Amino acid sequence: MYGQGIARGLLVTMKHIARSYMDDIRYAGRKYSGEGNFGTRQGMQATGSYTVQYPDEKVAVPERFRFIPFLIVEDHDHPERPGHDWCTSCGICAKVCPPQCIWIVRGRNPQTGRPVPEPDAFYIDIDICMNCGYCSEFCPFDAIKMDHDYELASYDRTSAHIFDKQKLSKEMSHWKRIAPTTALEEMQARGGWEHMDIIREKAKAERAAARARKSAPKQSS
Amino acid sequence: MMDVVADKTQLDISASIELLRERWPDAISHDNRDGFSGIIVDPAQLDDVALAIRDELGFDYLSSVTGVDYLGIADHMEVVYHACRTSGGPALVFKAQTGRDDPRVPSLVSVWPGADFQEREAYDLYGIHFDGHPDLRRILLWDGFDGHPLRKDWQEAYFEEEHKPFDSRWPGGQVYRAEEKNVFGKNVRYPDDLDLGRLNDVSESDLYQGLGLGVDVQALDSDGLRTDRLVVNLGPHHPSTHGVFRMVVTLDGETIASLDPVMGYLHRNHEKIGERNSFLHNMPFTDRLDYISSMSNNLGYALAVEQLLSQGARYSPPTYRAECLRVLMVELTRIVNHLWSLGFLLNDLGAFFTPMLYANNEREKILDFFEATSGSRLMCNYMRFAGVYRDIPERIRSVANLVNDKVRDYNTMDYLTEMVNERLPRFLDEYDTLLTRNEILRERTVGVGVLLAEDAIALSTCGPLLRASGVPYDVRRADPYSIYPELDFNIPAGKNGDIYDRFLVRFQEMRESVRILKQILPRLEQSQGEAVVTKIGHTPRVPVGEAYGRVENPKGELGYYVVSEGDPKGPQNPWRYHVRAPSFINLTALGPMCVGHKVADVVTILGSIDIVLGETDR
Amino acid sequence: MAQTDLRALQDTEFPVPEELQANIAITSLDKIYNWSRRSSMWPLLFGLACCAIEMIGTAASRFDFSRFGFEVMRGSPRQSDLMIVSGTVTKKMIVPIVRLYNQMPEPKYVLAMGACASGGGPFKEGYNVVSGVDKYLPVDVYVPGCPPTPQALLYGMITLQKKIDGQSLANLDDVPWYGVGPSEPTPVPVLGPDIIDPRQMELIREQAQQAALEAPFGARELPAWVNPAEVAQETTVVEETQDGAEDGIDPATAARIRKREEAMARLAARRAAKGGQ
Repeated sequence: MYGQGIARGLLVTMKHIARSYMDDIRYAGRKYSGEGNFGTRQGMQATGSYTVQYPDEKVAVPERFRFIPFLIVEDHDHPERPGHDWCTSCGICAKVCPPQCIWIVRGRNPQTGRPVPEPDAFYIDIDICMNCGYCSEFCPFDAIKMDHDYELASYDRTSAHIFDKQKLSKEMSHWKRIAPTTALEEMQARGGWEHMDIIREKAKAERAAARARKSAPKQSS
Repeated sequence: MMDVVADKTQLDISASIELLRERWPDAISHDNRDGFSGIIVDPAQLDDVALAIRDELGFDYLSSVTGVDYLGIADHMEVVYHACRTSGGPALVFKAQTGRDDPRVPSLVSVWPGADFQEREAYDLYGIHFDGHPDLRRILLWDGFDGHPLRKDWQEAYFEEEHKPFDSRWPGGQVYRAEEKNVFGKNVRYPDDLDLGRLNDVSESDLYQGLGLGVDVQALDSDGLRTDRLVVNLGPHHPSTHGVFRMVVTLDGETIASLDPVMGYLHRNHEKIGERNSFLHNMPFTDRLDYISSMSNNLGYALAVEQLLSQGARYSPPTYRAECLRVLMVELTRIVNHLWSLGFLLNDLGAFFTPMLYANNEREKILDFFEATSGSRLMCNYMRFAGVYRDIPERIRSVANLVNDKVRDYNTMDYLTEMVNERLPRFLDEYDTLLTRNEILRERTVGVGVLLAEDAIALSTCGPLLRASGVPYDVRRADPYSIYPELDFNIPAGKNGDIYDRFLVRFQEMRESVRILKQILPRLEQSQGEAVVTKIGHTPRVPVGEAYGRVENPKGELGYYVVSEGDPKGPQNPWRYHVRAPSFINLTALGPMCVGHKVADVVTILGSIDIVLGETDR
Repeated sequence: MAQTDLRALQDTEFPVPEELQANIAITSLDKIYNWSRRSSMWPLLFGLACCAIEMIGTAASRFDFSRFGFEVMRGSPRQSDLMIVSGTVTKKMIVPIVRLYNQMPEPKYVLAMGACASGGGPFKEGYNVVSGVDKYLPVDVYVPGCPPTPQALLYGMITLQKKIDGQSLANLDDVPWYGVGPSEPTPVPVLGPDIIDPRQMELIREQAQQAALEAPFGARELPAWVNPAEVAQETTVVEETQDGAEDGIDPATAARIRKREEAMARLAARRAAKGGQ
């Protein structure tokens, strides 16, 4: 019969309307509160269509989410080197960056002129950055990571959109907070929560101590 | 006699080449360069050879045409053709070489009409003249543009260095904006002999001259009623052109007399930038080709570069789990894309937004999974050479970071299983009820925009557009890659080649994708714990040679033609990086399909081709 | 014009000092005016590239920007208040974009969505790419990201609403459309050998004349930039050499040390890559 197809289609839309209200009733009173309900509404089980009430509720982004990169620095309460850069200015992020939006000035010791493993300056032009995540993927020192903060809209780009080192630097605890699993995996690969250089130095010192211990009795005997 | 002909169309590539060589011993030579394959044909004989390739050897489908500039290597230009059989099998590569000063090659539009836009592109970007081409105009840039940008000696305004990485970034990274280096503060470069006297908007005159508006109005109408043809511009800003696409339509009353697509409004110089990038740099750029299905774009490019890498010594192919993950992502992408395209096809038909919203709801669920796995909803950048970026996470979990952040936490495999086994099939059934038998939809689509099978093949169309015309040509079957040979799925094909068939084919493809996904999930469970990527570093040494990696993208056959210069000490950049974009080539069929229909059908026909401008214009 | 009219609106019950009268009426009017305007911003239905997909995603039911009064997307520029430039602006496309902008009735706003629209994005170096729509149009809000997620776009829209809230009828510099008469249309660029901005004709002519005298056309040398740390180092090196030649490091040695350090860094990187596997 002509018109049957349309009628059936309209039944489907009716069902959708009804379902949304059914779910409203099912989650009555709890709809806009409670952490667990949010996951249910946005997950596979949800039957109606739900609007995220941004900015009163925001979909938290997953761990691997990538937006603008940031540089990891030691926590402010780190016992040995608070606020120290993890970046060693090796330049790999600048090399793998597809649109070439990273500028690094390699650090130098002002006395000797020798390169030191930290950047003097670090710039990212976020008007060029394509959020691809290569810098964080290929950084051998886990010093640059992709941030989760997407609320960056601004009125003026000339002043606000070239991020310098100060603006890029965030503490290690921030990374541990926004990406606990990934941070843990990286820690295991590195062998500790410290920077790779420190871990390596400690291992070196330990090896040297062990060698000293080994050789010491030999000499005495 | 018939048997011999039938045999010839079954010959494999090397036997075909031998046969051609016997026929034209002087005009055809093997391409003996290291890592290259195929034959080099003398341009003078190109038409005859092409006819023989099509008619005698059965390579009826011209997949890709592109130019290459070998400045500094051999100092000639080359036009590279990839011809395939719709019955399946690898591509026959043949090339024509011509000097750089006045590059001329005979046009093959008369043999394969699908070469039309591709030759115009090569003319636009390389300045290669195709003798005998019916309408050799610029296609991506405008008339009057200075130079042919893909030539190796052409430099743009913001040119910094020949190859990335740029030296100015490290170790003395003085930050600057590229516009600071230009007096105009813009990305402009004027020729030294700039004639300021004639700067009217002349760039469109050629276009209108090509429309045949000079027809005698009196002769048009013999009944004495005075009618005139009317030119209507659709786009580049038009809600139904799916981006910045423009059609110049000549109307006779309400009937379309001719339709001329105008492109290039999103020409982002993908290939020029791609030749400056390193091989790895190009991966995130491929995301932005067909920005709805970034995962499959990644896969095509990865396959092309892996072909090159596999000729080198230190390369191990992706693991089984990596292949499974690739297929998982690619098939999910197919569903995402078809949901989107069907939603918008309905939008174009006037079913404003409801089908789109329903489809988008499911799409968002898949995007959530993409975001949790790869880090981004659209620009996934997930495939790597010899593997994928990372394994799927154990849990799709978000972490509160901003104020009012609400967290989600699902087990990934449960999420996928639920989606593939229940939610998607249920949704597809529902969507089927909603749309497929809708009378209005049928009235608008059945018998509209018909493309016959022979035309579809001749015009080099691909994907659902080709299959709806009754040609079951799918790269997953015709030239299999990844683990598709061991998967069980059908290639849906239509009968009539109208919009409704394309709609049905897309629908059926989604169901087939769900079927593939159901086979992938147990394989993922079994291969748990396997490595997903063989690390080959960020600048792998890519051996010299050419490669053509092609995949069945949701929109059709996506091909990457990559040439590596292969200097082990030099920068590791592709010498040539060409994208055979399905959306671009499918548009060749738009004009022929629209002629004779009403103007209201244009947007529907365009919607049924399912183009994406990032890929069309690159 | 506005000021004389507004005086009539004032309440005579409460005496207001002469010099404040205009301002007080404007403030309360501003509030109503801004509220009504920011709560019915209709964007132009107009997508350019990848970001358009996220823009449509924002319009769809999950994020739904009509909650903020971005109610309907209008296909016609005559009916819209906001132009969301969602994607890469090419030279070929900037011509229609400027035309569309000129056709929008005032007050009108431009939101540059994504890296490409703000500053060219990853395609900035391309020969057909306009490095930022603000080269041709006044942009009110920039939303970074490639592409910005729907929530980032929503944040950008809220930022725009905040900007509107801060506008005042009294401040004509801030909001040109409260002035008398319609404002001048933006000149439409011309596609010549490369794109030509009519506002720069004088400059182009000047440069063309110089180019005839074989000066580079349009290129500008950036002033040499010196790393402050290096300046400090040079001076100290000079001091050291004055103190005693043995302690100072001659350039050749410094270069050797630097090379070794670089090699060490590379080695460390390679080891780390292996270790991370």
